Amino acid sequence: MATEAHGEGLTFHPMDQFIVKPLFRDVAPGTCVPADGITEGCLKWYEPTNATLWMGIAILCIIGLFVLGTRGRAIIPSRLQSIAELGYGFVHKMIEDVTGKDGLKFFPYVFTLFCFIVFSNFLGLIPGALTTTSHVAVTGILAVAVFLTVTIVGFVKNGVHFLELFWVKSAPLALRPVLALIELISYFVRPVSHSVRLAGNMMAGHAVIKVFAAFAPLILISGVGIAVTPLSILAIVAMYALEILVAFIQAYVFTILTCVYLRDALHPSH
Amino acid sequence: MANTTTEAAGAATEAAGHAAEAAGHAAKSAGMPQLDFATFPNQIFWLAVALVIIYLILSRVALPRIGGIIADRQGKITNDIAAAEELKAKAVEAEKVYQQALVDARGEAQRIVAEAQAEIQKDLDAATAKADAEISARTAESTRRIEEIRAGAARNVVEVATETAGAIVAALGGKADAKSVASAVAAKLKG
Repeated sequence: MATEAHGEGLTFHPMDQFIVKPLFRDVAPGTCVPADGITEGCLKWYEPTNATLWMGIAILCIIGLFVLGTRGRAIIPSRLQSIAELGYGFVHKMIEDVTGKDGLKFFPYVFTLFCFIVFSNFLGLIPGALTTTSHVAVTGILAVAVFLTVTIVGFVKNGVHFLELFWVKSAPLALRPVLALIELISYFVRPVSHSVRLAGNMMAGHAVIKVFAAFAPLILISGVGIAVTPLSILAIVAMYALEILVAFIQAYVFTILTCVYLRDALHPSH
Repeated sequence: MANTTTEAAGAATEAAGHAAEAAGHAAKSAGMPQLDFATFPNQIFWLAVALVIIYLILSRVALPRIGGIIADRQGKITNDIAAAEELKAKAVEAEKVYQQALVDARGEAQRIVAEAQAEIQKDLDAATAKADAEISARTAESTRRIEEIRAGAARNVVEVATETAGAIVAALGGKADAKSVASAVAAKLKG
């Protein structure tokens, strides 16, 4: 009985926060077991889920900041308009500095990625929220979209010369085929690292917070809780602060890598 | 099993938790909800919808507007700086005019002062000349009168001396004519 009570008191489900579930119904137990061929209760691709909800909230936030916030079109901006202009200037300058002037036609595209990621990351920090960017399905699609854009733009703009990206002219001739192989592999690994970096960062921090949170109610069960509970709460606060930093930095990293890849597409020669 | 009954009687959140567990059943077999491939089509569909909506909002409404605002502000700043420069040039011009007016006024004042001084000098010179003439006239008059008095005095001395000499000669019993007395006196006075 004692062990059972203990097991009930401290429940470690740090990954449950990432479960994608239907918004308007519960999946009845036993109605979705793909291994046994039972799929009638499974998630349909068009069904609104908690991921839909939080993506929708992100869209509303983006509308609120960039459309309603700039409604005044004021020469002297309001606070909200200042933030909107700050974001605009931040990404605009990033593309200009990293990709170059001719990269600016991708500004709406890059800005869309940046806004979606930064808002999803920050909304995911709300307790109870689903962090959509912690899913490799989401970040994978974002990274593959960037990869395809870069590859298509690279070939359309430069034709066969785009392949010079893999042919390192500054290296000795004997080394070039080896380097070409390495460059080729690294090129195709890009979307993987690009997506897993974002999803991994978002997932890890949230999971660690959940683990600390599971330790917090220990004081209700055991005497050790007097020491463990304050420590775990302190750790949650520290992790949360770190996560706020990570939420922005990962959005920044994803965006700046997109700019770097776009530069490769526009100016493939090293 | 006693647990399940108490839980069932518990909050609705508990029930939701159970549902979540059920939904995540496939996920649990894979270990991570992120690797529950059954949710992938759903997530990808909604992600695509979200991205298209965000792209349309940003590229059609938000970004042109913000770009316009920033361009407007830049234009306004440029205009204001140009206007400020123009005003500054005007101020410099005005100061130049003011300084010129000041110099002109100073010159005019100096000219008036010089004129007045010349006028005064002229008057002064005239007055001085007049005074000089008067002084010299008076000096000449005085000199003449002094000469007259001196001559009168000399004549009187000769007369008195002659009379006195005649009287002395007569008193001594001599007889002297006036003519010899006069010549003797004249000779004596000259000596």
